[in-house]
Amino acid sequence: MADVNRGDRPLSPHISIYRLQLNSVTSILNRITGNALLVGAFLLVWWLIAAASGAAYFATVDAILTSVIGDLVMVGSLWALWYHTLGGVRHLIWDTGRALEVATADRLGWAIILGSVVMTVLTLLVIV
Amino acid sequence: MVELALPKNSRVRTGKTWPRPEGATNLKQFQIYRWNPDDGENPRVDTYWVDLDTCGPMVLDALIKIKNEIDPTLTFRRSCREGICGSCAMNIGGINTLACIHGIDEVPGKIVKIYPLPHMPVVKDLIPDLTHFYAQHASIMPWLETKTQRPEKEWRQSIEDRKKLDGLYECVMCASCSTSCPSYWWNGDRYLGPAALLHAYRWIIDSRDEATGERLDDLEDPFKLYRCHTIMNCAKTCPKGLNPAKAIAEIKKMMVERQL
Repeated sequence: MADVNRGDRPLSPHISIYRLQLNSVTSILNRITGNALLVGAFLLVWWLIAAASGAAYFATVDAILTSVIGDLVMVGSLWALWYHTLGGVRHLIWDTGRALEVATADRLGWAIILGSVVMTVLTLLVIV
Repeated sequence: MVELALPKNSRVRTGKTWPRPEGATNLKQFQIYRWNPDDGENPRVDTYWVDLDTCGPMVLDALIKIKNEIDPTLTFRRSCREGICGSCAMNIGGINTLACIHGIDEVPGKIVKIYPLPHMPVVKDLIPDLTHFYAQHASIMPWLETKTQRPEKEWRQSIEDRKKLDGLYECVMCASCSTSCPSYWWNGDRYLGPAALLHAYRWIIDSRDEATGERLDDLEDPFKLYRCHTIMNCAKTCPKGLNPAKAIAEIKKMMVERQL
């Protein structure tokens, strides 16, 4: 639009100096969990393909996915799934024009953080 | 585009530490971004010590004191010193606000760190180039657009309709919100940003305005409007307590409603 770099002007610092906010952290976590879930979904599909392709290959893949690291990744994916779901619900509420006051939005932020942890624990209690 | 690192010419170096005032007992440390267009150097952060016993309460008071008593080359914009002109918007203690209405004691931590508004071309020290920001504001037609015959006297508005402008008309265009927004950092060339969109909404819902359709048409764009992801840094940082995020959400709602 406009000529904004006369005289090789420097760009002022941004993400490195801006104080983290509850709202910005919960927002970027929604993106990170969304992308991480794609990786989690690939692992799950890998496990299903292994199950369909024979006992020997399934044993190998199953051993990887149920190892300590595999368990950590899957519990992490479970938390990510809950976080991303609750974050999505928050976006749906916002899309109706509600809960956009700063204090309310922050309360919802804490709600999706705590809610995702609680739901992860509850889910683990049910499925393990 | 997301670019976390600063370009080479913008990386900030450690600057000069200016002498402490003699005999002062209530000293506060200020770290302030400096860039001089005339010396060919990179930006730096200078350290100043201010005697709070002889300084006004606001961050702007400290800046003026530094300029008067320590370093006359320190450059910043200021005018009204009461939060109505929007000139002294800058990043103080990690958030964007107006230096004139932000108390020194409101800044968390021991050191007051002051930078220009984030992700903007710097003219000098704490002065960002707002040319593009103003051009975006102009692009939303910030005036009353009418088609019907001009009335004999003023354009009338009911008390209820006037109330819809509260929380919008108070914006002083300080650019704190837009430059707090990560979406505006990464896509500010095409995304209009919270300030311009708040102004757009201010005219969209004005009962006297007769260009609502054209205004919405202009905003119906993946970048101009829809780069808002409701991060809400804008509403949190607005020194006037306004809520651009809510205004943008209302525009998005109108976009959907008019399809029905």
